[in-house]
Amino acid sequence: MSEVRELYQEIILDHNKKPRNYQVLDDANHKADGHNPLCGDRVTIYVRLNGEKIENIAFQGKGCAISTASASLMTEAVKGKTVEEARQAFERFHDLLTKDTDLLSQLSEMGKLAALAGVRDFPMRVKCATLAWHTLNAALDNEEIPVSTE
Amino acid sequence: MVAFAGVLHERDDVRADYFPVNTIREDFPILRQTVHGKPLVYLDNAATTQKPQAVIDTITQAYTHYYANIHRGVHWLSQQSTDAYENARTTVQRFIHAGDSREIIFVRGATEGINLIAHGFGKKFINEGDEIIISAMEHHSNIVPWQMVCEETGAKLRVVPINDEGEFLFDEYEKLIGSRTKLVAVVQLSNALGTVNPIKKIIEAAHSRDIPVLVDGAQAVPHMPVDVRELDCDFYVFSGHKLYGPSGIGILYGKSKWLESLPPYQGGGDMILSVSFEKTLYNTLPYKFEAGTPNIVGAIGLGAAIDYVSAIGMEEIAYYERELLEYATARALEIPQLRIIGTAKEKSGVLSFILEDIHPHDIGTILDQEGIAIRTGHHCAQPVMDRFDIPATARASFAFYNTHDEIDVLMDGIRKVIDLFK
Repeated sequence: MSEVRELYQEIILDHNKKPRNYQVLDDANHKADGHNPLCGDRVTIYVRLNGEKIENIAFQGKGCAISTASASLMTEAVKGKTVEEARQAFERFHDLLTKDTDLLSQLSEMGKLAALAGVRDFPMRVKCATLAWHTLNAALDNEEIPVSTE
Repeated sequence: MVAFAGVLHERDDVRADYFPVNTIREDFPILRQTVHGKPLVYLDNAATTQKPQAVIDTITQAYTHYYANIHRGVHWLSQQSTDAYENARTTVQRFIHAGDSREIIFVRGATEGINLIAHGFGKKFINEGDEIIISAMEHHSNIVPWQMVCEETGAKLRVVPINDEGEFLFDEYEKLIGSRTKLVAVVQLSNALGTVNPIKKIIEAAHSRDIPVLVDGAQAVPHMPVDVRELDCDFYVFSGHKLYGPSGIGILYGKSKWLESLPPYQGGGDMILSVSFEKTLYNTLPYKFEAGTPNIVGAIGLGAAIDYVSAIGMEEIAYYERELLEYATARALEIPQLRIIGTAKEKSGVLSFILEDIHPHDIGTILDQEGIAIRTGHHCAQPVMDRFDIPATARASFAFYNTHDEIDVLMDGIRKVIDLFK
């Protein structure tokens, strides 16, 4: 069960049970729907953008623990950041999950997102962890069509 | 018996008196391995089944000793291959009790079989305003081909609803049958719920109004004896890979009067009698529907799989699996957080479930770490998920090589999942 424990760390279980920023954002000016047809996960990301700054962000949806916790952690990570910073954070996060780079050097700069590093060992679940981020990208691009991780 | 063997082992030994599951397991080399350091517990048999050594050996023998193209060469190898391929057709015919081997068409799988009928039957017999009846528990493969026919012809798809137990509502079905109904296409055993449909009654009701019926038998054929003449179905499809045979091979059975009336599905070699640029004469059944070089060794492998299960006996398999499912259901009901999806009175082989507040995807990952392979997701039956207002289920599906011990391992695994998410 050790690898499973590595994947389902306390922080992930906590964000799954009590997702942060889990609401509809009435004053959102960017929004996108994401869907992972493989497992039926759905997420909607709401963003209040002020110039280049992500003033507020929230999400709603239905998904597995990994996708829910990842969405929750993402909203915390990018709130108050610029669009550019958010996109860079996604790139780093994506690399963390998929690329064979030096993990430790990245972990320190990733903050709480590092809790999802265990997903690396479960390639089938990378899509769960990145669904919210793909959807955020779409929301920032203001794409109104639902994005898909397929 | 040593006291340490434990109650559960003891029970399996007793059961082995009438069903030799431990001997059978030795026929399946893949079952001997460990996954993540745990003995493999393979409970994803509704997705696909593992292959006995007899099938693996038959495939190896074919490629090693007598493989060549069929129905063509005059040389020895071609004759050997042709004989083996046609023997497999006869094996299938006997297995499902078809009257004539000409009624057995080799296709890639159940999906292709349905598409073949949708294409031919749709072209020939379905017009604007006509209706095709399916049920709410169909696999996508028995929904989408008909939607395509409807799109092309302007026909309408009518769907027989199911109740909260996941049972086919026969009264609603009778109400849907009308003068515009041209075809009924229905699953015999639901892959998502495990429901066994009253297929004979369904066929009788359609036939009383001269409406032909296609039966999707992809899940049924591996788990119960099937007699297409006794059912009197007009078309019956199934896949080799769910019947312990190779993937990429499947069967379309059709009454010859129907198959003869349908246009070919694909054009090419083997499906013709003669070709000139003015006129091509199509071949007779079954070759009219087998254009191109088929999956020769796949068909031969399927024949070997049928020989294998026939030697055990389909009645015996059905009986043993029924008992396995009963045991699994009883054990599952001991877990208060677990809800079974699909509680039909007539069920076979499938235990679909959800756990309170835990997504099936998480269940699947954690069980995998215990060496347990189950399926999580919508099982290619999204309308079924919508019917129960859930995004997905976790599904354990059984085969005759599964044991009561394995079900215990599954239940322990499920308890571990619940503990982790506490």
